[in-house]
Amino acid sequence: MYWTVPTAVVFVVLGLILAGMTVWELRAPDLARRGWLPILTTRGDRLFLGLVSVAVANLAWTGLTDVSQWGGLAVSVVVFAIVFRWG
Amino acid sequence: MSPHAKPRNERAWFLVLPVCVLVAFNALIPLMTVVNYSVQDIVSPDQRVFVGWEWFKSVLRDPELHAAFGRQVLFSVVVLAIELPLGLSVALCLPRGPGGSTWQASLCTVLIAMPLLVPWNVVGTIWQVFARTDIGLGGAVLTKLGVDYNYALDPVHAWGTVVVMDVWHWTPLVVLLCYAGLRAIPETYYGAAAVDGASRWAVFRYIELPRLSGVLTIGVLLRFMDSFVIYTEPFVLTGGGPGSSTTFLSQHLSTLAVGQFDLGRASAFSLIYFLPILIVCYVFYTLMTREERS
Repeated sequence: MYWTVPTAVVFVVLGLILAGMTVWELRAPDLARRGWLPILTTRGDRLFLGLVSVAVANLAWTGLTDVSQWGGLAVSVVVFAIVFRWG
Repeated sequence: MSPHAKPRNERAWFLVLPVCVLVAFNALIPLMTVVNYSVQDIVSPDQRVFVGWEWFKSVLRDPELHAAFGRQVLFSVVVLAIELPLGLSVALCLPRGPGGSTWQASLCTVLIAMPLLVPWNVVGTIWQVFARTDIGLGGAVLTKLGVDYNYALDPVHAWGTVVVMDVWHWTPLVVLLCYAGLRAIPETYYGAAAVDGASRWAVFRYIELPRLSGVLTIGVLLRFMDSFVIYTEPFVLTGGGPGSSTTFLSQHLSTLAVGQFDLGRASAFSLIYFLPILIVCYVFYTLMTREERS
């Protein structure tokens, strides 16, 4: 496996997010709630849906525009925040 | 700690370790490898170039991929639309003894389940022979009936043969799931319906169908996943042809990865391919656990 710095950063960030969520859950257990998504979601559900949204937003940016990918990253961060906070 | 408090023991977490190791080797490390390949152009082990999102851009704008995706979605929709109602209908026709299984039911389920035991590549070979117009029963009968049937040359015939092959192979799974669901409905439900004078349709609509929603969801999930990643049977039967009329996503991917050894594009394609499967899995998981959640 030939690692690159960007892919290593992505996986380290993912690992840190999962570790952080575990600690958060142990300190403040979460209850499922209903936001703008049409289903009851826990914090973990919203994290998963947020990460999937990030992937979709980035791919859509890549496939549909020729603008720098940093734009896609910015959009995906906003999408993630919307899903995770209010989803 | 008070003398009556239960001691807290976290050692059970060690029991999860084997699963963690298995998932790491089975899923995580391959995923990391694919992600790393998808952002590099690997010319040789010593020569590789970071290309960022270029492979994703190239794959997402590939008209052949769009066509293969369209065929894949159409195939999944068609086989689901046939296999679920057909499987349910067959399950409803199977004999159900009032107190348990009858020998007729056992015989029927064994016979119906037989296609599930056939390996996928053998299924393709069976249908390849069956659909031949010179020595195959199916092809010869169609020719005798006046149909100018040739699945190797006509895309419609190739599609029809692939769909019928999948229906033959996988409808038994839906039958078995539905039959198990029907057998689990208590007799008292039917007794109450008889007292109310319910018609056969009312029994199906208001007793059987609601009680089967769980197994039908599992059936849809399993069949969607299987049909969306179908590879072996059409590859053996038609080789993706004629032209590329039966080339589905998996075959397109294997052509990139194994045929052309274009690992960067194939990895980007794999990750994009993985995304709809992940989303559909989550949707179905949510549907299956919605009662538990609420």
